[in-house]
Amino acid sequence: MAEMMYREALRRALDEEMQRDPLVFLMGETIAERGGSYKVTEGLLKKYGPRRVIDTPIAEASFTGMAVGAALIGCRPVVEILFVDFAMLAMDQIVNQAAKQEFISGGQCRVPMVLRTQGGAGNGLAAQHSQSLEAFFYHTPGLKVVMPSTPHDACGLLKAAIRDDQPVIFIEHKLLYMTRGPVPEEEYVIPLGRAEVKKSGTDVSLITYSHMTLKCLEAAAALEADGIRAEVVDLRTLSPLDKETILASARKTGRAIVVHEAVKRGGVGGDIAAMLMEEAYDELDGPVLRIAGRNTPIPYNLNIEKACVPSVEDIVAGVLRMV
Amino acid sequence: MKKAPDKDDGGGAGQIPESILLGMYRNIYATRQFELACIEYYRQGLIRGYLHPYIGEEAVAAGACAALRPDDYIGSTHRGHGHCISKGADLRLMMAEIMGKATGYCGGRGGSMHISSTTLNHLGANGIVGGGIPIATGAGMGIKVRGTDQVVAAFFSDGASNNGVFAESLNLAGIYQLPVVYLLENNHYAVSTPIECATGCCDLAGRGPAYGVPGICVDGNDAPAVYREMLKAVGRARRGEGPTLIEAQTYRHGGHHVNDPGLYMDPDTLAEWKARDPLILMRRAIADDRRVAAVEARVDAELKAAVEFARSSPEPPVEEFLSTIKE
Repeated sequence: MAEMMYREALRRALDEEMQRDPLVFLMGETIAERGGSYKVTEGLLKKYGPRRVIDTPIAEASFTGMAVGAALIGCRPVVEILFVDFAMLAMDQIVNQAAKQEFISGGQCRVPMVLRTQGGAGNGLAAQHSQSLEAFFYHTPGLKVVMPSTPHDACGLLKAAIRDDQPVIFIEHKLLYMTRGPVPEEEYVIPLGRAEVKKSGTDVSLITYSHMTLKCLEAAAALEADGIRAEVVDLRTLSPLDKETILASARKTGRAIVVHEAVKRGGVGGDIAAMLMEEAYDELDGPVLRIAGRNTPIPYNLNIEKACVPSVEDIVAGVLRMV
Repeated sequence: MKKAPDKDDGGGAGQIPESILLGMYRNIYATRQFELACIEYYRQGLIRGYLHPYIGEEAVAAGACAALRPDDYIGSTHRGHGHCISKGADLRLMMAEIMGKATGYCGGRGGSMHISSTTLNHLGANGIVGGGIPIATGAGMGIKVRGTDQVVAAFFSDGASNNGVFAESLNLAGIYQLPVVYLLENNHYAVSTPIECATGCCDLAGRGPAYGVPGICVDGNDAPAVYREMLKAVGRARRGEGPTLIEAQTYRHGGHHVNDPGLYMDPDTLAEWKARDPLILMRRAIADDRRVAAVEARVDAELKAAVEFARSSPEPPVEEFLSTIKE
C-alpha cells in the first residue's frame, strides 16, 4: 500500500485509463497547461499531448455538450467543470441530453462520458462556489452519481466511471484533495453502486458520503468513549444506490441517521430515509433522522459558514438523542 | 419581412452530375410526401405529440446531405424529418417511429422529435432548440481525437442561433478547427417570432467571422446551390481546415407545428416563397419529366410500403418496457 493524496489518486486513475484506452480524453477549463485548479490533471498534457488534454474556454454548456457528442460516436471523454455550481450552466446538456440519449434512441447509442466536478463548503468561497448540488443529478434518471470520500475510493471509482457506458457525474469535495490515505500499488477498479462500511458498529447506522464520511468517522470515534458503537456506511455511489448495504446496516443496528452536507430540504437523505421507512419500518427502533445542511445559501464569513453544514458535534449530538 | 430571392432558375444546375440532381430531387420529394402523409395520420390520431413539418425547407437537407459520405455524421433538430430522409433513412423505420411502434428507429421511445440512427451516423433530432449544436461540435472533437477524416453537419435554425450554445460552439469549433459544417436553416421564424424581432442583426452568416469561422449565405430553396457551398465546406473540413457556417435562407410553408395555422405569417411573402418551392425549382433544374416521374413513382411505392409496415407493426410491450427500469 502506498500513501497518496486524493488528488494524486484521481490523477493516477486518469493516467491509467488514458494509457489503457486511446479514446479517453480530457476537456475542461485550465486543466491542460495549468494542470487543473486542484492539480488533478498536472503532468497529463505533457504525457498525452494537446489532442487528448484540452483546455476549453469558459463555456460549460457547450463543452459539456461536446462530451456528449464525442461519447455518442464512441470516445470516452472526461470533462471537468471547475465547481459543481458552474454545472448549472450545463444542465440542459446534462439532464436533457446526456441522461436521455441512450433512452430516446431506443438503446442504439451510449453516452460513456464522465463529468468530474467538485463541491462543498469550507474554504470561504461563499454562495456560488460552495454548494452541494448532487440531489439535482440524483433526481435524474439516466445519470450515475459518484461521490468518493477517500483516495482509495477516488481512484478505483473514477476508473469504473470512465469504463462505464452511461454518463457519470463524479463529484469530488474541495476539502478532500489534500487528504491522504492508503492506495494499493496494483491496479484496481471499484464497481459503481456499492457502498462500503467504513466502520462497523452495533448501536446506530450513520449513512453518509463524500466529506461527511470523515466527520462521521470522527463522531463514531468520539462516541466510543460513551460506549456507543456507531456504524459508518459510506455510500460512495448515490446512483445507483446500494440499498442492500443501507438496509442491512439499519436492520442490524435498528437506528439510522443519514448525514450529508447538502441542504436537508429535498436532499438525498430524505429519499434514503423514506426508503428505510418503506422497506424496514418494523425492524427500526425509531424514526430515521437526517443531519444535513441548513436551508440557506453558504455565507462567506468562517463562523457562519461553519454553522451551515453538519459538524462532528452535531453528529454526536444526533446520535446521543437517538440511543 | 424577408423577400424570397429573385432568381428562380434552380441556381444553374449545370456541372452537377444528373445522378446527384436526381438524388436531391428524390429526397426533397420523399420528405414532402412523407410529411404530407404524417400530417394526414396526425389528423387521424395515428400520430401523437408534436409534429414539426419541414415543408418548404427540404432543399437545405437534400443539398447538404448530397455532399456528405455515408460515414459522415449529422446532428438534427425538432424539425428533422428532412435531415433524416436525406441522410438515407429507411422510410419504414421512420414512419414506425413516428407512429410510436416497436419497430421504429428508437423502438417508439423517441418519436418525431428524437429520431436517431447509429447505422446512418445520425446523432439525433433534438427537442431542445440549440441543444444539438454542442453535441455535433463534440462529434467533431471525437473525430479529431480518433484521427479519422469524417465530417459533421450540424443542422439548426435561426431560432437556435440566438441561443448561447450557438455562440459557444462556434467559438469552440474555431479554436480547435473542428471538422463541422454549421447549417443554419433560416426559415425566418422562431415559433411565431420573426427573425427581425429576435436579433438586432439579421446577417446571421456574419456571425461566423466573429469567431474566425467563414460564414456564407445561400438560397436554401435551391438544392444545387446548397450542395455547391456544402461541397466546399465539407472539403475544407475534411482537409483539416476547420469549420464553416452556412446560412441557408428558406421559409416554412406553414406554422411551427401541425396544430399551428401560422396566421402570423404574411400571406404575400409566403406566396412568394411558395412560388419558389424547392420541388418546383428542382423539377425545373432537371428538366426531364420522365426521370422525375420515375423518381416519384419509386418514392410513392416506398412510402406506401412504409405506411403499411408502420401501421401493421406492434406497439412496444408495456411489461417489457417496465422490466428495463431500475429503481
